Amino acid sequence: MTVPPPIAMLAELTHRCPLSCPYCSNPLELTRKEVELSTADWTRVFREAAALGVLQVHLSGGEPVSRRDIVDLVRAAAAAGLYTNLVTSGVGLTQARIAALDAAGLDHVQLSLQGTDAEMADRIGGYAGGFARKMAVAALLRDAGLPMTLNFVMHRMNMQQLPRAIEMAVELGARRIEVATVQFHGWAMPNRGALMPSRDQAREASRTVAEARDRLSGVLVIDYVPADYHATYPKACMGGWGSTGLNVTPDGTVLPCHAAQEIRHLTFDNVRDRGLAEIWYDGAAFNAYRGTEWMQEPCRSCARKAVDFGGCRCQAMALLGDPAATDPVCVKSPEHARLAEMAESFADARADLVYRHA
Amino acid sequence: MDGASVPVMPRGVRMQFDKVRDGWVLLAPERAIRLDPIGHAILSEVDGARSIDVISAILAARYAAPVAEIGKDCGEFVGALVARRILDLAA
Repeated sequence: MTVPPPIAMLAELTHRCPLSCPYCSNPLELTRKEVELSTADWTRVFREAAALGVLQVHLSGGEPVSRRDIVDLVRAAAAAGLYTNLVTSGVGLTQARIAALDAAGLDHVQLSLQGTDAEMADRIGGYAGGFARKMAVAALLRDAGLPMTLNFVMHRMNMQQLPRAIEMAVELGARRIEVATVQFHGWAMPNRGALMPSRDQAREASRTVAEARDRLSGVLVIDYVPADYHATYPKACMGGWGSTGLNVTPDGTVLPCHAAQEIRHLTFDNVRDRGLAEIWYDGAAFNAYRGTEWMQEPCRSCARKAVDFGGCRCQAMALLGDPAATDPVCVKSPEHARLAEMAESFADARADLVYRHA
Repeated sequence: MDGASVPVMPRGVRMQFDKVRDGWVLLAPERAIRLDPIGHAILSEVDGARSIDVISAILAARYAAPVAEIGKDCGEFVGALVARRILDLAA
């Protein structure tokens, strides 16, 4: 099998964050500031990534602007020739900092939206005043001329706000909105009883997206991640394991996807020990589920095996204890009926939110 | 797509030569689009002032191709990128 070079890199610069969203995709065991990669480390990683074939870097976290050297990091990534995308809650951005990021060569900002009003957004983010700050930042970004995507993270508690989120994207001058239903990894796992949407809600969201895409063609691009547990076929996670993207954690661990550490028996390389190209092509974790050779039935003989690659390995691990199993979201999985039941029962539960905490 | 329309490459979208894959790519938010030589030739003429008709005439002359055919390709290519908000049209 010929392994293509990666297109995108998610650089998790830090796990620190002023918000404490109950579906945070960071691992339950957060990395401490003391072991974060230095400015010089990241600068080298950006150069190695560009040389390997990475075209876009997503500067993420935690909250990436919690890094005091964020402007230097953007400058280093831009100098390496990477398209730089800052994935932020907006908290910590000021007019002066936005101007400095702009001058450093930032290409694009992705601003998260926890809800369409302060009551919802600040409750979900666990941060009073966050929504007001975010709206101010959106206006500053617009004034600076920085292109912006709004990222609305959706779940049972705020799904009814989707039409307003789409309106807000247009009003704020965003060219794109990502509408992403919460994926149940990391902190979202213990919150399934509070966040799982009902099947009707999921259907309504899909209808809203389809209608808005039609109505807003040429005005707003909508990227949509539907509610996974209610789907018929699984998502093609990462477009296929180790095929298009990689993730570097705050301490330099290189992962095939942000949740891969849930697969406990895999060993992951670190950019402090090995070059990024060597890790991508020869790393044990990257080769574990590349292509289709590792598959079992029903994936092995399935016509869709090169379409969705058996779904999400981390989900197969989390729900079935076997990362090489068919993602139970798939209707062909023997465990699909059990997952559908589980989804219904979580959707009916009235659990309290468990916020992200150290 | 109206031939008098003037395509503009907005901030956050740019062309770049990809040394690793030996070809041109168009980079936009969450998108990296591999360009074929025709796409690259069209986008290289997008300067925010030239209309689709003007771009088509330039390319037709350069490649000694019928302007009607080039105009159709050019209009479809620009139209698809406008629908995806990767190109804008000048007001």
